[in-house]
Amino acid sequence: MTRPGARVGWLLALGLAVGTGWVVARPGKGSVPEEGRFGFGRPADSAEIRRLDIDVRPDGRGLPPGEGTVARGRVVYAARCLACHGATGREGPYDVLVGRVPGDAFPFANDPRIPSTVGNYWPYATTVFDYVRRAMPFDAPGSLPVNDVYSVTALLLFWNNLVPEGIVLNRSSLPAVEMPARDRFVRDNRTGGPVVR
Amino acid sequence: MPDDAPSLSRRTLLAAAAGAAGAIVTGREGAAQGQTPGDPTHTPGARPTTVGRRSGFEHPERLISGSAGGSSRTPLQDLDGILTPSDLHFERHHAGIPRIDPSTWSLLIHGLVDRPTVFGLDDLKRFPTVSRLHFLECSGNGGVAFYGERPPDRSPQEVDGLLSTSEWIGVPLEILFREVGVQSSATWFLAEGMDAAVMARSIPVDKAFEDAMIAFGQNGEALRPEQGYPARLLLPGWEGNANVKWIRRIELSDRPFMTRDETSKYTDPLKDGSARIFSFVMDAKSLITSPAYPERLPGRGWYQISGLAWSGRGRITGVEVSVDGGGTWEDATLQEPVLPKCTTRFRFPWQWEGDAAVLMSRATDETGYVQPPVATLRDVRGPGTRYHYNSIRAWTVRSDGRVIFGGDR
Repeated sequence: MTRPGARVGWLLALGLAVGTGWVVARPGKGSVPEEGRFGFGRPADSAEIRRLDIDVRPDGRGLPPGEGTVARGRVVYAARCLACHGATGREGPYDVLVGRVPGDAFPFANDPRIPSTVGNYWPYATTVFDYVRRAMPFDAPGSLPVNDVYSVTALLLFWNNLVPEGIVLNRSSLPAVEMPARDRFVRDNRTGGPVVR
Repeated sequence: MPDDAPSLSRRTLLAAAAGAAGAIVTGREGAAQGQTPGDPTHTPGARPTTVGRRSGFEHPERLISGSAGGSSRTPLQDLDGILTPSDLHFERHHAGIPRIDPSTWSLLIHGLVDRPTVFGLDDLKRFPTVSRLHFLECSGNGGVAFYGERPPDRSPQEVDGLLSTSEWIGVPLEILFREVGVQSSATWFLAEGMDAAVMARSIPVDKAFEDAMIAFGQNGEALRPEQGYPARLLLPGWEGNANVKWIRRIELSDRPFMTRDETSKYTDPLKDGSARIFSFVMDAKSLITSPAYPERLPGRGWYQISGLAWSGRGRITGVEVSVDGGGTWEDATLQEPVLPKCTTRFRFPWQWEGDAAVLMSRATDETGYVQPPVATLRDVRGPGTRYHYNSIRAWTVRSDGRVIFGGDR
């Protein structure tokens, strides 16, 4: 690492290791681990990394092969999603998923009653796929086949008027979907000090 | 000896036996049945136990809230000092509490690293360990103090109970990052849990080199399942959600991953039509925990105003208390220890004259940030913003001694 802070911190950690009596025994050589490493843990093999590495990024990296359609999405949604999110994704009782704001305005800080949805708030379409695959349906997370995850994602994007009904959603078409709220997100400008932001 | 001596003796023995039996059946049952203990100096007490319990006269409990049992709140009004008993630590889960066998648990660190590595729990515990006192707070804590009219019948637990403080024990993340050889191009890492939500958040790598740790201990023992057993990410001073519990995977990257819980949730819409993303730090805040609803002051006289103050940016440097609704402020006493990114207990003696009063506290941290009035926070962010509700809280003491929530404007 090249970060100065990292180096200082590492020296502190070693100092702590020494100061607390933690010892890497090398006869006559003091208590510093060889090459700055302790050697604990084992190398990860590529198969176990592939098994756990499920995240999908906004540029599409991590999306698996496969594809989905709005038509199939309706079938999956009715069976696995409707009870919590309503007949058209607007009714609840849990998170409202569908709805745009006129002119794609972003009035949430002024009116807490407006539900934030996939269509009016989520900045990246890939996040829908990522979240459905990792956490939905709530009673059986991780149970949907990849094509069904693509299909439910296609349905939600269609219901939000973000893709045409005939869309075939896959690893190349999903990251290309532009979300209305994408450019609304700004980095945190709170810094401490006397100014309240 | 008098004639009745044997029977007296027998009665005494029977009483002692009954006392012992009563002592064994300690806890809630006894108190609930209204049994009054006899003179404890005349009967042998209960035996030692393998696991202790609270007095049968004390019943602090978490308050379960939210849909699908997703959270529970710490009974702040029942606690003093700064530490939260582990079994009263607040909870916020996104798909329940997983049951994880520590012998099969492991943490994978991969991505932009020289040596992708799997660490078992025993591996983690061999590294140099640290323990530190830090608060954890859900960034959605205290919304009831922010939106609209404040309902009067809210206790400290209901207002700000998604706040707890523990001694966290673990290995600095920096040591693990050195071990796997984090590459200089890595600026973010994904922290991912082993729960049914596979909860995932993107964290700047710099935080790892500042003070992040992988915690496996809490208040001297293993983490509670509700707090991430067998291991969790701990990011001192940062919003609870980012402190991923039941952590199973860390992936180093050159950009954030934009997961659901850092885009559609845990972002703060602002009145200019933008939304703050990665708003990790919990700004300075304080809360009077006594007097508070549902207390009733029995009469005029001296009372101790007491509460908690904390900041995700460092130490609390001062807490002021107002008993006249913010008209005048006086310094409270900060009780040691005053630690960075940890709750600080403050105390303020007050003589109540029997008139209605509005009690407030206002914290200042080492950056010079002062906890703002709710009107200020609403004005700079917008009345519908979400998360990070750290404005000044108020309690109104009515002339009949009843204490209700609110009273500020």
